[in-house]
Amino acid sequence: MAERTYLQAISDGLREEMRRDQRVCVLGEDVGVYGGAFKVTLGFQEEFGPWRVLDMPLSETAIVGGATGAALMGLRPVAEMQFADFISCAWDHLVTVAAKQYFRGHTPVPIVVRLPSGGGFSGGPFHSQNPESSFAHIPGLKVVCPSTPHDAKGLLAAAIEDPNPVLFFEHKHLYRRIKGEVPDERYTIPFGYARVHRPGDDAMVVTWGAMVYTAAEAADELAKEGFEVEVLDLRTLIPWDRERVLEGVRRVSKVLVLHEDTRTGGFGAEIAATIAEEAFEHLDAPVMRIAAPDMPVPFSPPLEKAFLPQVEDVLEGLRELAAY
Amino acid sequence: MAVREAEPVGSLQEVKEAGLDREDLLAAFRNMLITRGIEERGHILYKQGKIPGSFYTGRGNEAAAVGVATAMGPNDVGTPLHRDMGVHIVRGVEPWRIFAQYMGREGGPTRGRDGNVHMATPELGLHLMVSHLPAMLPVATGMALAFRIRSEKRVALGWFGEGSAARGDAHESMNLAGVRRLPMVFICDNNQWAYSTPTYLGFSVEHIADRAAAYGFEGVVVDGTDVLAVYRESKRAIDKARSGGGPTLIECLTLRMEGHAVHDDAFYVPKEMFEHWAARDPIERYRTWLRDHADMSDDEEDEITSSVKRLLNDALERAEASPLPEPTGLEDAVFASPDELDTPHHK
Repeated sequence: MAERTYLQAISDGLREEMRRDQRVCVLGEDVGVYGGAFKVTLGFQEEFGPWRVLDMPLSETAIVGGATGAALMGLRPVAEMQFADFISCAWDHLVTVAAKQYFRGHTPVPIVVRLPSGGGFSGGPFHSQNPESSFAHIPGLKVVCPSTPHDAKGLLAAAIEDPNPVLFFEHKHLYRRIKGEVPDERYTIPFGYARVHRPGDDAMVVTWGAMVYTAAEAADELAKEGFEVEVLDLRTLIPWDRERVLEGVRRVSKVLVLHEDTRTGGFGAEIAATIAEEAFEHLDAPVMRIAAPDMPVPFSPPLEKAFLPQVEDVLEGLRELAAY
Repeated sequence: MAVREAEPVGSLQEVKEAGLDREDLLAAFRNMLITRGIEERGHILYKQGKIPGSFYTGRGNEAAAVGVATAMGPNDVGTPLHRDMGVHIVRGVEPWRIFAQYMGREGGPTRGRDGNVHMATPELGLHLMVSHLPAMLPVATGMALAFRIRSEKRVALGWFGEGSAARGDAHESMNLAGVRRLPMVFICDNNQWAYSTPTYLGFSVEHIADRAAAYGFEGVVVDGTDVLAVYRESKRAIDKARSGGGPTLIECLTLRMEGHAVHDDAFYVPKEMFEHWAARDPIERYRTWLRDHADMSDDEEDEITSSVKRLLNDALERAEASPLPEPTGLEDAVFASPDELDTPHHK
């Protein structure tokens, strides 16, 4: 066990997979000599050589499409998008090719696409987005959004082992800010199991990624007033832990769904709809959603702060739920 | 590096030097007949209402598809498209499975999950096309990349049409293949019409193969109705790729002799153009060559023709006996399970 940042945990996990499995290779822009824009693959090329850590041309289509081809030939490619936002350039290769190849041809496509996502540091409209719900809507893709160093390492190992295309969203704002104990040995965390980040029986926040910490801060604040909020970290969106969410609803009766992605069609809508269908009679209040407004991510700090859900927003929402 | 226009194939001696013996030559003829036969019968099945959806043929492209595939090595791979039925035939896909695929039966390679030529047989080195052409080029490039990473002497072939050459996927994959000198051959089926769009509205150079120079490798234009010339150029390019010489772009020039799909009467193609290319029908052309240069006798030809007929009759019968897929378990095959990763194509 050692204390690791979220970024170190991802880096350690990836290095470990490459050491134990010759088939794992890394493809991306500036991942080799430079060690990646965020330095996740720093030192990898020295250790694994230029044909397992491949500096690719600025070609997201060829990176993701190429990863698919290499996977069909038996490799386990891990592709890196420099920013999750750039995955739009490779949409076709995830949605049209990788997601449907197994269904049609019975040929598994074991690829992982690492996606540094999220805002909070004035990245502007093209370096801050959270496009997870767009891909959660595509049958055939798995979507992973870890929030802790421990989960990031274990979910990455599981993603590389998975026989399907996995989108691995790494929240950039957690990279160096969040530290935690991470086992030295290899472990995997299975997809589809939520994690209780903070226990509570008076209300529940269902969330993932960086918003786990926003929710926890709000919950700590309310605990001072004697109102105990459970923060449930979904960890993976496809598959997502419906059973655990519904169990929580039946237990606490008040639910807030929180995400950093924009509101309309966000994954929170799916969660809210499922709760309405499956556990309506257990609710003491309407399911509340807090999300970013339906607009591009703004650049200037006061605008971005207003755009991203803040602790105060969550507090206000939870107080409203408490009043029911 | 200017584009090279390949010479037609002349003598039997020349063909032998390129690696084909007389038996191979007759097999190529047979494969071209099977290719056309499957599509002709498919067209009839479609008119009989036995094929749901739409139906595409590659009439006019038989020599290009068979020529390229005949040059592939047993462990090479490729991503053939909807005009490349001949590739499936040469690689050994059983015709009954193709009819079953057309009719959405359980016995087709996609077990009714997808239709028409959206099929592949990974055990034979063929991988499944998508409609978004030329999206299979980056995928084939990734296959070549895997071979290069593992230092395997295998080659990946990526097919695309001249119409889809306008899309960015073509650029990104050729650029990457050139940069990394990957063991890859790009095959452009230039049949001169992208649905109703002629080449002059699709690209502004004379040949798609002209582009190869910009990616640092050789471009070749070959008459796609000349099966032996296509074979010779493909063999040369595949051998070169296998020995570390990097990619080649081969443009097979043909005419799409039918509409984009069978609903399309291709009224926009000038009549003279059809007449000109009909006079160079790939099968007729090859038949004449075999008679003139390889002494194909009446008996031999009859034997090949009738065996193809029997093969297709039996195939159709077997395909029609294949059941339609059951909707139970409809959603089961969306995600792969871990034990499926050790299928042959992953080894």
